Amino acid sequence: MTPGTRTWQGELREALSDLTPGVTLCLLFLIAVFVIGAFAPWIAPYGEGEILTNDSFLPPNSQMWLGSDYLGRDVLSRLIYGVRITLFLALIITFLSFFSGVFLGFLAAAFGGRADSWMSRVNDALLSFPALMLALIVINSLGSSFVVLVFTIAFIDMTRVFRVARALAVNIMVMDYVEAAVVRGEGKGWIIWHEVLPNALTPLAAEFGIRFTYAILFISALSFLGLGVQPPQSDLGVMVKENMQAILWGEYTTLYPAFGIALIAISMNVFVDWLLQRSSAKLPDEI
Amino acid sequence: MRDTSQNDPADEPLLKVRGLDVSVRDKKGREFKIVDGISFDVQPGEVIALIGESGSGKTTISLGCMGYTRPGCHITAGSVHLGGTNVLEQSLPRLQELRGKEITYVAQSAAASFNGAMTIDAQVTEIPVITGAMSREEALAKAARLYSDLELPDPENIGKRYPHQVSGGQLQRLMAAMAMISDPRLLILDEPTTALDVTTQIEVLHSFKKLIRDNNTAAIYVTHDLSLVAQVADHILVLKDGQMVEYGPTEQIISDPQHDYTKALMAAAHLMPEEIHAPPAATADEAPLLQVRNVTAGYGPAQEIIALRDIDLTIHAGETVGVIGESGSGKTTLGRLISGLMGAKQGGVFLDGQQLKHSVNQRSRDELRQIQFAFQMADVALNPRQRLNKILSRPMMFYRGLSQREATKEVARLLERVGLPADFAWRFPPELSGGQRQRVNLARALAAQPRLIICDEITSALDTIVAQQILDLLEDLQDELGLSYMFITHDIATVSKISERIAVMRHGRIVAQGPVDQVLQPPCHEYTQLLLNSVPEMRTDWLDEAVVERRKLVAALDNA
Repeated sequence: MTPGTRTWQGELREALSDLTPGVTLCLLFLIAVFVIGAFAPWIAPYGEGEILTNDSFLPPNSQMWLGSDYLGRDVLSRLIYGVRITLFLALIITFLSFFSGVFLGFLAAAFGGRADSWMSRVNDALLSFPALMLALIVINSLGSSFVVLVFTIAFIDMTRVFRVARALAVNIMVMDYVEAAVVRGEGKGWIIWHEVLPNALTPLAAEFGIRFTYAILFISALSFLGLGVQPPQSDLGVMVKENMQAILWGEYTTLYPAFGIALIAISMNVFVDWLLQRSSAKLPDEI
Repeated sequence: MRDTSQNDPADEPLLKVRGLDVSVRDKKGREFKIVDGISFDVQPGEVIALIGESGSGKTTISLGCMGYTRPGCHITAGSVHLGGTNVLEQSLPRLQELRGKEITYVAQSAAASFNGAMTIDAQVTEIPVITGAMSREEALAKAARLYSDLELPDPENIGKRYPHQVSGGQLQRLMAAMAMISDPRLLILDEPTTALDVTTQIEVLHSFKKLIRDNNTAAIYVTHDLSLVAQVADHILVLKDGQMVEYGPTEQIISDPQHDYTKALMAAAHLMPEEIHAPPAATADEAPLLQVRNVTAGYGPAQEIIALRDIDLTIHAGETVGVIGESGSGKTTLGRLISGLMGAKQGGVFLDGQQLKHSVNQRSRDELRQIQFAFQMADVALNPRQRLNKILSRPMMFYRGLSQREATKEVARLLERVGLPADFAWRFPPELSGGQRQRVNLARALAAQPRLIICDEITSALDTIVAQQILDLLEDLQDELGLSYMFITHDIATVSKISERIAVMRHGRIVAQGPVDQVLQPPCHEYTQLLLNSVPEMRTDWLDEAVVERRKLVAALDNA
């Protein structure tokens, strides 16, 4: 058996052939959600704040497919705009936390010794605060805005990313190929960029997915508590909060955004699991 | 019973394997046959050796005899009869009864097979006690008897220790005790001495041989080392790619091998050469390339755990210096010290008479370029996510300032020089075989155009025939480029074939060094003698003599 040269086209084709029906479904759902979020103004049947009727909590009908909310706005349109804001915030948060966390984690692993000890202990101290409490304190004292929200959650998430990235890099730093680069006289930057990073990419990609899910849940939780996205803008968490009373009227209005959050989180998790499993379950070279 | 050959029970072998096929299925559902139509017999008290390179199917066959296959594999045809029963047709509960009681298994690494949180006794006696075959007291008494049969020290108490409190060789024997405690009819030994130091290996081998003989057990001995097999086996089955190449009595196979592959295995076996060629007389006035002067070094914040003591070593241009010793002797530490991966507490390393700085970071690129390091395990020494082109062109660009375009051209030439096709440049290391990877590992050192390459056990993870090819390549390169090698190894037979001078290390000191013919010719240092004595000879009565000799030497070393 002579193995051919690996190309990204080949890898992609192989990855697609590995997809199971469940993973495919989750992946399609995620793609759909992102497309809907990106093109919300063109897809939503009505405007975000448009009040269409005086009746609260109308059941689904031919004009409003998911009924109306507590102010008589179209739930479907608000859901589409909500997804847009939730995904937008979550993406920015994840990028920020991810790149700062990976950067610092790799630095700690590459330098080791005292620098690593200090960075890790400070990080442990931050980790020991309950995340939601830390966020509540910061947002309460600074006031809620998109900027405060994004940076607070990104900072909290960064401590989690740091831990994972550092652990990954520490394991790779002890490999002989890294030692070969050290003995050649390579600098830290080259070693991190060319030796460590390529080997950490798959687990980091999976970590990115997990962090993204957490960011969505975190924003939703803060919004639900009234500290996240502020009306009239709304994300999925705000919508759950706004329409809670619908339950008393026997309507499902508040469950649609709740299901939205759950479905996005679950789909992301299924996809990430599949990604991780694929990277660890490569068949051995020799039997 | 459909078996028609069962006329005389006395002639019936204990284990009868017929036409065994094992296949593996890949992700796409394609089937590959990895064991193809293997048949053999084993009589009680007899040892059959399964010998072949990695991937030849020897372990798969031995596991198949227990009715077991590794995940992804399955037995597709054939039969395995133990006594009268076909092992392959038994239900799982019945198989569980067979395994551990009638068929037992000794794995390659005892260290990985013992539970570090339980005493040795608890683990050795576990199977007979939980199956109710023996009471705890009976089992302990039996275990102590086995420890004494296996020539373990303090047989009454050694079982009270935990696995980390005994040596590797002792643990391997304790694992044999675990396998023998329920008086199995068939014992499977899977490379049981491969992970051990050479001087320990013969003691363990001797214990196994005695145990099998005394208990009249049938045994399957799996190994890649033909010279070891000659000591313990009655029959040898040579395997290649899952197929039987040759099968016959040991005497016949080693004295008159029929098949070309067996002959190649014989030629590549780790044997001492008939005579050691004296190196050309070194010209005394020639300035040495590299000198290690009076070096003491250690680990820990203040280097308080001493790993090297008073080391003096000289390497001239174009010569190979062998550094041999067992694990923990400090030979790899010495290589790391020369290449600047660790500093010395005292003394220094001199290149062309100029003292080198201790650390890689303080040495100039040109100093670094001249001394290259080739790692033992090519599969972890090459970044699996870099194409060979990048792995090989980087040293050219880093040390010699070549552009990527120039380097890529040279990579093609370099690959051909080490015997690989030029288009391998676009492959990743996991797409290569072990031997090919080791060639790339060497090529990376060559890419720097060094004067000295430190080779750290570069052939010890390879199959014997492949290792021989790498050694030949090293010699060709030396003739062509005038390279010097520092060849670090535990294998005195290999080192005596390729070195001009050797240094023997023990407990961080060099106990003997000089031209190879002088160091290895009697009278030599007791430790050198012990290493020489541990190299198996291709005759069946060697082991018993070697063990007697070994004990004398060990006693002399302990008294010294």
